[in-house]
Amino acid sequence: MNIHEYQARELLKAHGVAVPDGDVAATPDEVEQIARRLGRTVVIKAQVHAGGRGKAGGVKLAQTPEEAREHAERILGMQIKGLTVHKVLVAPAADIASEAYVGIIVDRKTKSPVFMVSREGGIDIEEVAATNPEAIVQLPVDTRYGLLPFQAYYLATRLFDSLPQQRAAAKIMTGLYQTFIDAGASLAEINPLVTTPEGEVLALDAKINIDDNELFRRPALEQLRDETAEPEAETQAREAGLTFIKLDGNIGACVNGAGLAMATMDLIKYYGGDPANFLDIGGSSNPEKVVNALRIITSDPNVKVILFNIFGGITRCDDVANGIVTATQRIDIKVPLVIRLTGTNDKLAIEILEKAGFSATTSMDEVVQKAVELAGK
Amino acid sequence: MSIFIDKDTRLIVQGITGRDGSLHTRQAIEYGTQVVAGVTPGKGGQSFEGPNGVNVPIFNTVEDAMAATGANCSVIYVPPPFAADAIMEAAGAGVPFIVAITEGVPVLDMTRVYRHVKDNGSRLLGPNCPGLLSPGKSKVGIIPGQIATPGPVGVVSRSGTLTYEVAYQLTAAGIGQTTCVGIGGDPINGTSFIDCLAEFEKDPETQAVVMIGEIGGTDEQEAAAFVKQHMTKPVVGFIAGQTAPPGRRMGHAGAIISGSAGTAAEKMQAFEDNGILVMKRPSEVVELIRSVL
Repeated sequence: MNIHEYQARELLKAHGVAVPDGDVAATPDEVEQIARRLGRTVVIKAQVHAGGRGKAGGVKLAQTPEEAREHAERILGMQIKGLTVHKVLVAPAADIASEAYVGIIVDRKTKSPVFMVSREGGIDIEEVAATNPEAIVQLPVDTRYGLLPFQAYYLATRLFDSLPQQRAAAKIMTGLYQTFIDAGASLAEINPLVTTPEGEVLALDAKINIDDNELFRRPALEQLRDETAEPEAETQAREAGLTFIKLDGNIGACVNGAGLAMATMDLIKYYGGDPANFLDIGGSSNPEKVVNALRIITSDPNVKVILFNIFGGITRCDDVANGIVTATQRIDIKVPLVIRLTGTNDKLAIEILEKAGFSATTSMDEVVQKAVELAGK
Repeated sequence: MSIFIDKDTRLIVQGITGRDGSLHTRQAIEYGTQVVAGVTPGKGGQSFEGPNGVNVPIFNTVEDAMAATGANCSVIYVPPPFAADAIMEAAGAGVPFIVAITEGVPVLDMTRVYRHVKDNGSRLLGPNCPGLLSPGKSKVGIIPGQIATPGPVGVVSRSGTLTYEVAYQLTAAGIGQTTCVGIGGDPINGTSFIDCLAEFEKDPETQAVVMIGEIGGTDEQEAAAFVKQHMTKPVVGFIAGQTAPPGRRMGHAGAIISGSAGTAAEKMQAFEDNGILVMKRPSEVVELIRSVL
């Protein structure tokens, strides 16, 4: 789960990380009030789950409260990478002497959270990683012990040369690590970590992604989810226990298992078609899931054909076939269905489907070719 | 022969009385797996009635189950909030091979579990995996028995149903398997592609290996390099997600840490560069395996 910058700032602040003053706003009025309270040049930042906000015109400086209001009128409601901006963060524009990078991510290789710090922070950090990887210092943390004080200080010394700044940065490292653990994060990033001309060290921008699997024990964090920041169909799918990603093609796909779903999309492309979605219905033959899946797929007007690809392992193919029959009785489907079922009880399943007027096959290649053909018509 | 499990596998089921645990325990017993104990806190002293007249004694703790039965493997079906603890309990009780089926284990839990398991000298498969199946010998986990048949091919995969798909295509073509292993798709798992490839290389009955990867991470690239350096047996590979769209990614840390976008194209190239035959569609597995056997 992604959370917004303004929410990440709150979490960091609660763990003693120095962040600039500022507040979140949803209307130009609120923006003007916050700018007035801050009483100096402010930055207005669009709160969306997308990178490249600055380049898209979603980050603006304003000298006066009136100017802040004007920018807010433009930014609120604008689209950035297909996402509508509903909120902005208003913060004092910092005078920046230097920009560093601090990030923590769970790393597959070391099987630990790994700190990454660099003196060369800012928007080009990935460029630094590609061209000058030595400029990024990495440190895996053993979660059984946590980030030890000497490790926090070590990381700080990689970023700053003056003792007061090293001490301030070490405190930020500790706070960032604690935020990461307490939030059940998979990623936490401060970029840039700036110094001001007065020597202050501040977290100017923050990103935190939370591991969805941690939410069951963090109901307060679940409240931070912004459902307006994801397509409606994806919200519906999540609530129905399905994994769904909308795509641009016209072949609606319903598959059990993520790997098989990806392989099905690949095969659709292989035969010259274009998938309308990725949908994993999981390992259950519950007709309710099939109904929900069909509802979500058919709500996309681009869909010209619906492809089922089910491997019956523990899930019995005849159960799924019955699910499809029930589901199609309950919702009106105006596009053709092509069905592939293979594995446990596949022959019985095909009989059930044929009796209900559907045709079905056991071959994945065959069914995908048929879907591509129907979608092309 | 086979890898990790065989006829001598003596299995403990952690979470044997739960919905998934009881269903799959029945199927495992029907398949011929020796299920010697179940563990459910509070139900110690009771027994689990399996098919074919098999009665499995239930214990409160893995420690008790080990002491009474001398099992050598444990499978975990307990729900996500308790899965990490269950794995650590098994490792602490000295179970040498632990298979965690549970999906949805928090990844930070796994950072602790991984080290604990290593310190205790156990091997963990999973979590979020379908387990493994040595056809005709033993089945631990949820891979359906009927899709596989004994034979010379080792199968290792990150994905569940795609493993079934490939095993089934092989079986339908009359090509059997030594062991089918699902390593699971979570960021931190106990057993890697490389661990399985090394075992298949050592196993005298395995003549060829099918490796099924996915987009994301660099495990497949590392496995490809291992194949070139350490394997004499032919390997056939597949990568799912060739056409997956790039995610709405935030932050930079992912790209920095791996130095790779983890695309299917990158992985397939790594396969080809290291002498692995690449299938473009799952159905090509039969033709490619025939060409190397």
